[in-house]
Amino acid sequence: MQVIRFLRTSLLALSALGLGAASHSSMAADITGAGATFPYPIYAKWADAYKQKTGIGLNYQSIGSGGGIKQIRAKTVDFGASDMPLKPADLEKDGLMQFPTVVGGEVLVVNLAGIKPGEMKLTGKLVADIYLGKITKWNDPQIAKANPGLKLPDQSITVVHRSDGSGTTFVFTNYLSKVSPEWKEKVGADVSVSWPAASDAGGKGNEGVASFVQRIKGAIGYVEYAYAKQNNMTYTQLQNRAGNFLMPNEKTFQAAAAGADWKNAPGFYEILTDEPGANSWPIAGATFILMHKSQASAERAKDVLKFFEWAYANGDAMALELVYIPLPDSVVDQIQAAWKSQIKDQSGRSIW
Amino acid sequence: MSAVADTIEGLQGPSDISTVSRSIPDASLRRHYRLDQAFRLATRFFALLVLTLLAGIIVSLVVGSVPALKAFGFGFLTSAEWNPVTEKFGALVPIVGTLVTSFIALLIGIPVSFGIALFLTELSPPWLRRPLGTAIELLAAIPSIIYGMWGLFVFAPVFGDHVEPLLSNTLGTLPVLGALFRGPPTGIGILTAGIILAIMVIPFIASVMRDVFEIVPAVLKESSYALGSTTWEVVWHVVLPYTKVGVVGGVMLGLGRALGETMAVTFVIGNAHKLSASLLAPGSSIASALANEFTEAVGDLYLSSLIELGLILFLITFVILALSKLLLMRLAKFEGQKT
Repeated sequence: MQVIRFLRTSLLALSALGLGAASHSSMAADITGAGATFPYPIYAKWADAYKQKTGIGLNYQSIGSGGGIKQIRAKTVDFGASDMPLKPADLEKDGLMQFPTVVGGEVLVVNLAGIKPGEMKLTGKLVADIYLGKITKWNDPQIAKANPGLKLPDQSITVVHRSDGSGTTFVFTNYLSKVSPEWKEKVGADVSVSWPAASDAGGKGNEGVASFVQRIKGAIGYVEYAYAKQNNMTYTQLQNRAGNFLMPNEKTFQAAAAGADWKNAPGFYEILTDEPGANSWPIAGATFILMHKSQASAERAKDVLKFFEWAYANGDAMALELVYIPLPDSVVDQIQAAWKSQIKDQSGRSIW
Repeated sequence: MSAVADTIEGLQGPSDISTVSRSIPDASLRRHYRLDQAFRLATRFFALLVLTLLAGIIVSLVVGSVPALKAFGFGFLTSAEWNPVTEKFGALVPIVGTLVTSFIALLIGIPVSFGIALFLTELSPPWLRRPLGTAIELLAAIPSIIYGMWGLFVFAPVFGDHVEPLLSNTLGTLPVLGALFRGPPTGIGILTAGIILAIMVIPFIASVMRDVFEIVPAVLKESSYALGSTTWEVVWHVVLPYTKVGVVGGVMLGLGRALGETMAVTFVIGNAHKLSASLLAPGSSIASALANEFTEAVGDLYLSSLIELGLILFLITFVILALSKLLLMRLAKFEGQKT
C-alpha cells in the first residue's frame, strides 16, 4: 500500500515537473538548423554574438549538407544548410527556397614532414589524378615537376575524403569534374561519391577529414579553409584557370566570389568553382540556407529571418576573421526581396 | 480444515476469478488471489511486449528493404560496389568488415578473457581478486565512444608508427599470409578496429567466465587434485566441461557486442568502401556504414539499401546465436561419456 502511494505521488511530481519544463522551453524559442559543416565555424560565431545581443539562441547541428537537405525536407528543423545548391526544379518539388549566406574556399591539406603551409604547389589535374588513384607516391615525377626544389619523400599517398553526405564533397568533386574529364566520366560530382583511389579513408565532417589528415602520415584531404587555419594544417597552393599558383586567402576568395552573377541566377543557383580571373581561388563556393516557402509558424520563420538579417548587417567582420567572404550589399538586398516574395505563412501572406 | 483445503484448491485451479473469489471466504485471501492474477497477467504482458517489439522490428526492416531487394536481389550480398551517384549498392564490403573485425576481436579476446578468468579463480592471491575483478568490470562500463576517441587519438598513432611497420616487415614478407599485413601503416583500419573491439569485449567474456568458473563445485576440483592432476588439467578437463554453457554464453555476449559496436569502430576503421586483402587497410562495417550515411541518405534506393544492411546484420546475429545453440547441443551429447 505504501509502495503504491509512493508511486502515485512520484508520478504526480514528475508530470508536474515535465509540464513546468515544457512551458518554460516554449518561452525561450531557440531557432534550429542543421546541415553543412563547411560554414559551421561562422554560424557558431554569429549564433553566439546574436544570443548575447537578443537572448535567442541558434541550435545548429553540423551533420553535413546531405543531412541538412534531408532534415529540412522532413521539416524537423527551421532551416537547412547546404553547400550544394538545389536546382530550381528540386526546390519547386519540395516547396523550398534557398539563399546564400557567405562564400568560402576549400583547400587541400597534406601531412608531409618538413613541408610548410603554402609551400607545395598542385595543379587541378594533379589533384584529380591523386584522387583517381593514378598517382600513388609523393615523389612521383609529376608532383616533382610542379614543385622544383621541394624535397618530396618516398611515401605512399593516403587519400582522405568525407564519409558522410557533404556539400564540401560536392564543391570539390564539381571542381575535379571541371578540370579532369576522366574524373567527370568515372566518378561525377555529388554529395557522396564512390572514391576510386586504392588507399583512402573517410572522415565524418570537415572535422573528421582534418583529424585523419593530421594523424596519417602522407595523407591528403580537402577541407574548408577555416578548419585548415584553426588547426594549423599544411595547406597547398593551387593553380587556377588562368594558370597562376595562388595561396588561399581573403583576396583570392574575394576574386572568386566576385565572379558570381547572382542577379541572373534563378533560385540563387551559382557554383563558384574554377572561376576565370587571374586571382580567383579555384575551389570556392557559396553556402546556402534552405527554408520552406509555406511556413507553419510565422513567428518562428520571422525569428530565423531576423537572425540572418542581423548576420548580414553585423556579421561581416566576424566572417572575414575566419576568411569567409561576406556577400555584397546588392546581393543582400536581392535576398531580402526574395524573402518577401517567397516566404509566406499558411494564409498566403508574406512574412517578411 | 475443509475451509483451508477449499481455499487452496481455489487458489490453484480455476480461471474464473469471480466464482473462485466468491468461494474464498476470507477477504484478504481474495485480495491476495486477485493480486496474484494481476502479477501473472503483467508478466505475461511484458513477455508478449518483448516478442511483439522483436516482430515489429523485423517487419519494419523487411518492409524498408523491399525497394533494394527488388532492385538488387541476391547480388546485393556479393557486390562490392557502393556508388551513391549511380545508385549501385552492394553489401559485401560492410559484411566482410563486420565479420573480420568481430573475428579478430574474438581471436584476441577469448584467450585473454580465459586467462583472466583462470587467474582470478585459481591462481591469484585472495587479496588481489576483488580489486582486479572490479578493474575488469570498470572496463566494461566505459562508454564505447570513449574507446573510439582513445583509439583514434592515442592507440592509432602508436599502432601506426611502431607496430604496423613491424608487422609489415616481418609477417608481411611471408608468402601467402603476408598479404594480410602489407600496405601503408596508417594506424587506422580493420586490424585496429578489431583490436579495439577485443579490448571492449574482454570485460564481458571475462566476467561471465569468472562467474561460471566460481560456481564449479569444489568437490569436483578437489577430487581431481586428489588424483594428482595439475592445475591446467583440472581447468581443461573438469572446470571447462562443467561450465561450457556459461562460457559459450559469455562468448556469444561478447560477439554480440562486437558485431553491433558502432561508434568505436566508426572512429578507427577508416570508412572506405573497398575490399582489400590487407588487414592494415581501411574498411567498413555494417554499423559504421549505417552511422555515417543513414542520417543523410537522400534517395529511396540509398535509404533502402542501408535498411537492408541493418536486416543483414540482424540475420547474421540470429544465425550466430542459432549456431551457438547447436554447438551446445552437440557438446551436451558427450556428457557422461569417457573422454
